Amino acid sequence: MKNYILKRIVQMIPVLILVSIFSFMIIHLAPGDPINMYIRPDMTEEEIQIIREDLGLDGTIVEQYVAWLKNVLRGNFGNSVITHQPVADQIFNKLPSTLLLMGTSFVLSIIIAIPLGLVSGMKKNKLVDQVISIFSYIGISIPSFWFALMLIIVFSLNLHWFPTNGMRTIGVESVLDVVWHLVLPSIVLSIDNIAVFTRYIRSNTITQLEEEYVLTAKSKGVPKKRIMTGHVLKNCLLPIITIAGMNLASLVTGSFIIESVFGWPGMGTLGMSAINSRDYPMIMGFTMLSCLILIVGNLIADLLYSVADPRIKQGVKR
Amino acid sequence: MNNILEVKNLQVSYHTYAGEVKAVRGVDFSVSEGETLAIVGESGCGKTVSAKAVMGLIQTPGVIKEGSEINYGGKNLVAQPESEWEKYRGGECAMIFQDALAALNPTLSVGKQIAENLIIHRNCNKREAMEKAVELLEKVGIPEADKRVKQYPHEFSGGMRQRVMIAIALACNPKIIIADEPTTALDVTIQAQILELLKELQKELKTSIILITHDLGVVADMADQIAVMYSGKIIEKGSGRDIFYHPRHPYTWSLLNAVPRLDGDRKKNLVSIEGTPPDLLLELKGCPFVERCAHCMNICTRQAPPTFTFENEHRATCWLHHEKVQGEYPFETGGALCVEKA
Repeated sequence: MKNYILKRIVQMIPVLILVSIFSFMIIHLAPGDPINMYIRPDMTEEEIQIIREDLGLDGTIVEQYVAWLKNVLRGNFGNSVITHQPVADQIFNKLPSTLLLMGTSFVLSIIIAIPLGLVSGMKKNKLVDQVISIFSYIGISIPSFWFALMLIIVFSLNLHWFPTNGMRTIGVESVLDVVWHLVLPSIVLSIDNIAVFTRYIRSNTITQLEEEYVLTAKSKGVPKKRIMTGHVLKNCLLPIITIAGMNLASLVTGSFIIESVFGWPGMGTLGMSAINSRDYPMIMGFTMLSCLILIVGNLIADLLYSVADPRIKQGVKR
Repeated sequence: MNNILEVKNLQVSYHTYAGEVKAVRGVDFSVSEGETLAIVGESGCGKTVSAKAVMGLIQTPGVIKEGSEINYGGKNLVAQPESEWEKYRGGECAMIFQDALAALNPTLSVGKQIAENLIIHRNCNKREAMEKAVELLEKVGIPEADKRVKQYPHEFSGGMRQRVMIAIALACNPKIIIADEPTTALDVTIQAQILELLKELQKELKTSIILITHDLGVVADMADQIAVMYSGKIIEKGSGRDIFYHPRHPYTWSLLNAVPRLDGDRKKNLVSIEGTPPDLLLELKGCPFVERCAHCMNICTRQAPPTFTFENEHRATCWLHHEKVQGEYPFETGGALCVEKA
């Protein structure tokens, strides 16, 4: 088990390096230049060159990459070209609020999707299933920014139940206030996840119910509900773990669109503005973090598989 | 003897797009305490469906048709609600499946799967149930039961898995065990061990066994009563001795002829029954075996044969036994299948 985890961690290194090379190349290939924020029309070529050197933007792409990599290996992700603040500091400032929003919506979606999916699969093609399926399709098809705007119009502007944007009311320091701000954005973020998860769990429930062990459980006189919770659910966990692992990255990167719509001060907004102003060190820091989390998320998912299904443990041991 | 289970006129149909498939067409049998009833027949003859019906495990699109009776403990179970079935299943009547690997839940330890029975039917708490599970594993001959109880099905060999299945079935001391081809997925030496185990446990616990199989060798060894099924009907039924030494239905004759013999000519091809069973979608007018029967008569194609009863409750559903049918009794059996124990 230990060896397996170690092996997986060593395997991460080349992946991270490749990702960094590609993303470094791509952002430098994109049109635009962070230098544009600093120059005035009346500046001379020399002055511009000085600023360029100052920001570390002179030299070829390779030189710049090597310089960046050296710094990163020392644990320094550089300073933002725009705000001159350290990249790492800024990211860790925004991280908690994103974790709060994405975590809430993720937990909410899992808690709601599991029973919906199980019921839907159990009552395949019955009325309940059809109702749940229709709502899933709607959830998957609705554009989230539109849905967010509709919620704001109805619940914030017309009914005044919830605030339109932000994470807290200025001058108010209470958990309740944060929760109040959290409601609308987490609903929007959950709707899509619930719809997708429900479909996954439904199709898995249907396959699992055809397995013979369900018949055995029935022949033991196990009531139907207990068959679902005691037998089928555990066998349905594998795909849930897979999607959860893939979703782990979004816990950290946040949602660019929804955070913008609700003015949530999180990673999404940060990433958005970094990309818009071609803030290279910031974009790289952001990319590397999400890449790392994605890989770690997959590792955790793989380890959880062996917890959910003991047959996989043997493979992990070897 | 007292019959503990009586099945009367059992009819099971599957409603498919092609129409109503009548898988079981009026089957009667009964089991008394400590007795083994074997139901034999080829694939698709309805033997497994009958067993599932007795367990209440028929799932849509299948239905047990009206007029069917499954009498247990003074009640006709067919008319009972699901809650009554749940008490009966596992508690009074348990089932052993053919493929133990598929039939066991891969994500639960075998101990938990055995304990579940006890928790549901005997109101045991978890600890008592796990202790009992260890005892049961010991009883079915699994060494180091206290360690094995925590292991998962994939960590057991095929024979051991089938023993676990038996332990699950035995957990609540059921009156009846239905074994659906319990040894088909196992190799021959393990088969013998499992059958031996079943016999021992039966003797000790006085359980009745309904044994579903297509293997006449297995039947010869265990069965007190044999029912031969064909196309959803029991066409011959009698004691093991009667079926092996005095079979009265041409289908039984063919089945017995098809059993390879140790003392036979090795150069000879194995005997098989020509043709295929009739499509169960169709309404059968005459005898279902008519197209494959070497002794087919005119009447067989036109009218379903009545059931004739011989001495010792031996019954056969065939026109050959009608008083108007002349001629010699056409089947001779060497009886080598059933080894007599002196």
